[in-house]
Amino acid sequence: MTTTALIGTKNKKGQVYTDPNEIFFEAPRDASFLTGSEIIKEAIKRSSCEMSVAYPITPQSEAASLIGELFAEGYVDIYSRGASEFDVMSICAGGSFGGSRCFTTTAGPGTLRAMENFPMWAGSRLPIQVCITCRGINSPLSIQPDTLELYYMLETGCLIWHAETAQDLFDFIMKGFVVAEQPDVHLPIAVACDGFFVTHTKDVVMMTPDDMCLPRYDPYRSPVPCMDMECPPVRMMRDPFVMKNNYISYATHASWQQEVRAAIERSRKHTEVLLDGLIEIENGDAEVLIVSSGTAVSQGRETITLMKDEGFDVGLVKIKTLRPFPTEEIKAATRNAKRIFVPEFNVAGWLAREVKAVVEDNQRVVAGPHVGGGMTMPPEVVMERILRTLKADKEELSHV
Amino acid sequence: MSKERIKIAPEFRNIMPPEYRDLVDDATWGKVDRGWKDVGASKELIEEHSLCAGCPESMAFRYILSSLPNPEDTVMVGSTGCTSLVFPHVAVHNIHSLFGNQNAIASGLKRSLASRFPDQVKDVVVLAGDGATVDIGLDYTLQSWFRQEKFTTICFDNELYANTGGQESGLMQKGFVAKMAPVGKQFEKVRLPEIARESGCHYVVSCTVSKPSLVEKVVKNAVYVAREIGPTYLQVYTPCILEIGKQSMEGLQEMRDSEKPGLRFAYKEYVSPEAKELITEIATKEKERKAVAKAALAQSSA
Repeated sequence: MTTTALIGTKNKKGQVYTDPNEIFFEAPRDASFLTGSEIIKEAIKRSSCEMSVAYPITPQSEAASLIGELFAEGYVDIYSRGASEFDVMSICAGGSFGGSRCFTTTAGPGTLRAMENFPMWAGSRLPIQVCITCRGINSPLSIQPDTLELYYMLETGCLIWHAETAQDLFDFIMKGFVVAEQPDVHLPIAVACDGFFVTHTKDVVMMTPDDMCLPRYDPYRSPVPCMDMECPPVRMMRDPFVMKNNYISYATHASWQQEVRAAIERSRKHTEVLLDGLIEIENGDAEVLIVSSGTAVSQGRETITLMKDEGFDVGLVKIKTLRPFPTEEIKAATRNAKRIFVPEFNVAGWLAREVKAVVEDNQRVVAGPHVGGGMTMPPEVVMERILRTLKADKEELSHV
Repeated sequence: MSKERIKIAPEFRNIMPPEYRDLVDDATWGKVDRGWKDVGASKELIEEHSLCAGCPESMAFRYILSSLPNPEDTVMVGSTGCTSLVFPHVAVHNIHSLFGNQNAIASGLKRSLASRFPDQVKDVVVLAGDGATVDIGLDYTLQSWFRQEKFTTICFDNELYANTGGQESGLMQKGFVAKMAPVGKQFEKVRLPEIARESGCHYVVSCTVSKPSLVEKVVKNAVYVAREIGPTYLQVYTPCILEIGKQSMEGLQEMRDSEKPGLRFAYKEYVSPEAKELITEIATKEKERKAVAKAALAQSSA
């Protein structure tokens, strides 16, 4: 029986398998006041997640433990602690190869320790979801929020969505499974949020009913065989792909890399519907725009209000998905802006580089402000950067 | 347990590759008495391989594949190394993901299959080289044993990194001069079979693959024990003839020379009490089955 055939029936916990469109767009939602970690638990409770593997690392430990409670209650079929993040991601890969919907969480150094697994997940077309609760990765030791690790994730072949709020986190986790598991996508997805700012603060979140859950994952809709010996094995290769130097090997790998990236692109059409676009625009006609992702968006919103009080008209472009990157959307949204600011919670300014790479006339882009190591980004800091730049622009003009 | 799942629709039979037709027509799947004697008689037991000529790994691979008690419901997990050059020829689902993570992959896989198919036996067998098992993957090897994951781990011990050109490995003998051990290896061969026993494996065997009937017996025992009780470990000597300066035809003799009493590959076995009970029970049933079959044969020919 296919998993869609189960729609309308109940799981062992009495939740009704429900069409995702009904859950997301028609079902009533109730307000709850919860931490981001609790929201992760609530999203997984409704996601028919079959397997989760945990490992402690701040700031995701609480969420990972709460999923353990779901296992104890019977909402998750398989759960255990791994020996390290590398172990966790590989156990998840085994579960996904075996046809189970898998979810895990990690953060900062854990993401980097696990890193070898992510391109393997993508190349193996495993639609595992990892929730990355970003934190610093540098030495000396830091447990504070910092989004540098996402820079390392960008070319792994994973879909990457960046939540601004706990509401985003709830929606992105559930919708992430739906997009990642589409037969023409079938890729891992990293749903990221900024550690502590989102995981450890309470927020009002409109949640779907907890007696409705997503249909189960159907491994037989995968573009590659599920490794369960329920379909014929393939043993027809005369030479493995890694063998010797030959053009077949090169072509195989090159085309597969392109296919993974093409699959990321194919996720757009599913994502646009579920997330209402890859970007969100606020006051888009303003000559000064803030373009950002994650909690930097919230700080951008505060900045708009502050600047309005000072008599300046500032707009905002929120990037929801880093992969696929909303290239055309950002180009269009920023076409008329005179200045584009990209505030980020990391020292590298990776999002500014991404934005600069796609907008026309990219000297309009100001990379910053940047804060790192767990610093907050008060809107005054963003405003100061904007005012300083505009003043310099004005002075430059007066010299002409 | 049959070939039902791989049957070809009659309309498509003429366009299927001959290898596939052969798999459907002649594979040993579902045959109760399958074993090493089937090697050479059917294509799915690695008729061709891409290893060096005379490589003992190719023998080991064939004996192991022919000895799996439930190949139509067995998934194998490999790792990077010479073994990964053979897996594409293997007619069971097999996974290669990273170098060293094979026991972590197998852990997730086994749990997933046990959850998805509660009423069906799905065996998982890890087969990796000594670098993958003992060096880069040791953590994941041991952790899976600590967790009592129910699958078999088979290590092809060739005492070096063969696929990358003969570098020192943890299972190499002390004093052996190799790449990355220019003045000889400085420490003893890692005693993984003993570590396996202490880590919770219920059936541990260290041997060579010079005797196919022995390999068949230990592989079957290892899979049955893993299925019912907990982790099992086989460490089999598959010398890299290329890197130890032997000729193609000398692999078998090298194994025979290394398994003499007192030498490092003399047969060693550990069986936990529960495993011993299970193996005895299976052997008794097998004896009864053979007796019944013999009687039936005698009756039909009478």
